[in-house]
Amino acid sequence: MAVAAIGKYEFEPADALEKFHGAQLLYIGWEDHLLFCAPFAFPFPPTMPFRAVVEEVLPGSFGYHPDFARIDWAQAEWFKSGQPWRPDFDKSLAENGLRHKDVIRFRTPGLRGIAGSCS
Amino acid sequence: MDMQVAKKKLGLKEKYQVMTRGLDWEPSYQKKEDIYPYASYEGIKIHDWDKWEDPFRLTMDAYWKYQAEKERKLYAIIDAYAQNNGHLNVTDARYINTVKLFLTGVSPLEYMAHRGFAHAGRAFPGAGPRVACLMQSLDEIRHAQTQIHALSNFNKHYNGLHDFRHMHDRVWYLSVPKSFFDDAVTAGPFEFMVAIGFSFEYVLTNLLFVPFVSGAAYNGDMGTMTFGFSAQSDEARHMTLGLEVIKFILEQDPDNLPIVQRWIDKWTWRGYRVLTLVAMMMDYMLPKRTMSWKEAWEVYFEENGGALFKDLARYGITMPRCAETIALEKDHLSHQAWGTFYNYGAAAAFHTWVPEKEEMDWLAAKYPQSFDKYYRPRLEFWREQAAKGNRFYNKTLPMLCQTCQIPMLFTEPGDPTKICYREVDYQGSKYHFCSDHCKEIFEHEPEKYVQSWLPVHQIYQGSCFPEGTDPSAEGFDPLAAVLQYYHLEFGRDNLDFEGSEDQKNFDLWRGQATKNG
Repeated sequence: MAVAAIGKYEFEPADALEKFHGAQLLYIGWEDHLLFCAPFAFPFPPTMPFRAVVEEVLPGSFGYHPDFARIDWAQAEWFKSGQPWRPDFDKSLAENGLRHKDVIRFRTPGLRGIAGSCS
Repeated sequence: MDMQVAKKKLGLKEKYQVMTRGLDWEPSYQKKEDIYPYASYEGIKIHDWDKWEDPFRLTMDAYWKYQAEKERKLYAIIDAYAQNNGHLNVTDARYINTVKLFLTGVSPLEYMAHRGFAHAGRAFPGAGPRVACLMQSLDEIRHAQTQIHALSNFNKHYNGLHDFRHMHDRVWYLSVPKSFFDDAVTAGPFEFMVAIGFSFEYVLTNLLFVPFVSGAAYNGDMGTMTFGFSAQSDEARHMTLGLEVIKFILEQDPDNLPIVQRWIDKWTWRGYRVLTLVAMMMDYMLPKRTMSWKEAWEVYFEENGGALFKDLARYGITMPRCAETIALEKDHLSHQAWGTFYNYGAAAAFHTWVPEKEEMDWLAAKYPQSFDKYYRPRLEFWREQAAKGNRFYNKTLPMLCQTCQIPMLFTEPGDPTKICYREVDYQGSKYHFCSDHCKEIFEHEPEKYVQSWLPVHQIYQGSCFPEGTDPSAEGFDPLAAVLQYYHLEFGRDNLDFEGSEDQKNFDLWRGQATKNG
């Protein structure tokens, strides 16, 4: 459908890739850990290795949770737009097929949050 | 010699006719469609504007006299409240945070409502709705003013209220009420009337004003309570106008029904999402609670709203489908919302805290299906950590919904352990949503919502730093720069209530008022 308007109604999207100074947005959520109220939004260069996201960025964002230190990344299950997905840690975000405003989540089997409450 | 002419006095009915409909005229040298260019493009068909039943039954002179009298009384009470240090009679300084939320989030909407009704009134070719919109427009600017005056008293003593208008246009969570109203005023006049006049003023207003006003009364805030009561007689008229709008549009042409139904569906959901702030206010921010959010929803929407939609069934209007989703959220909404503000307590212009034990017991009693199972463990963990000096402050920015602009904090309908993710590909780009309803709203008018000013994305684009900031400078602290841009003072306006200046001052001043030095 189109907006009902009195004339031509076309505007630039507010969040086009070129507005982020060379970065692209990536959203990351941790399943079963809603102590973090919502998934995170990050601006990353597309050339950034996936491993750097996991090893250098995620500890600062999720490290407060006592489960974080217990994560076995080899066991982690990944999803992109809700579908099972397998990242290559040694490839860049772009090489992993991640585009501007993609959303990924990870599930860490055996870890179910504070007292198993998914918090 | 003067002629003695019997002085003619108009009867009430005549006076009413002369001073409302009688003010209209038929244009002779301009075309009607040039004078009213917004009257038809939304697809609403009106055949006879005279069928409009004036709900206000007020003329301008009577309006003026009546409102002036009301305001004289209101200001007398507000002055007395200020002079007697009424702020020290509130239950607990935590309460004042509800006032901060109201002033920054709601009062600017009153002003926008003033603008919106003035615009809609100008756009309608009928004299009846034009006069009704004029009066509501004046009501709204009076409400904005009386709220700002009443609440300014708190600004003399407490933090976070000093620049509410500046904050309203910038602070991340205030983009939720702001974008809601901007969405309405940028729609056509008919959609605005259904959005604000009907869906907000009629269907949802009791869930906004009653909780704030009765919350004020329960917590000893007579100033806020008084402006609430003063506004109430106006609200009754607004509700009548909202209902009249719907009936008038639907009676004019059968083609109007699907358009109106879609607007009701959209704006009930948009309004409900804004009420997320009210839900957490009721359950977490009032030291002395009135009723739970869930109870309020059941009384004011499910019962009262249910009866309303039964009445409207004869026009073909049905209950908005989102009501089913809302019913599934009512056990969770306030807990998820407060958890979000607790997360981002360093970036809010009011204080947050973990509820005390008795308060958690109250929540458990009000929410037997959800609180102990999902939310108590989280809150108790936060409390333990705070006691160890490790208070949780989330420093990574959240993903937001493209439509309602709220962080993606809502869970799947029926599964409170899974965040609800929805997405759409539009013109080669991805857009994300908190719910099916926000997604559908986007899909209907994507050209509108691709323009959303999402605070998180704007921060990453570099639009939310004070002028002249160099983000490439060594040691640049983006969070500090964003708070400066908000005019939010770190360590005074934000962070936990425990240890705040508000807490210390309130205790000190109340001690001076009730004890010997």
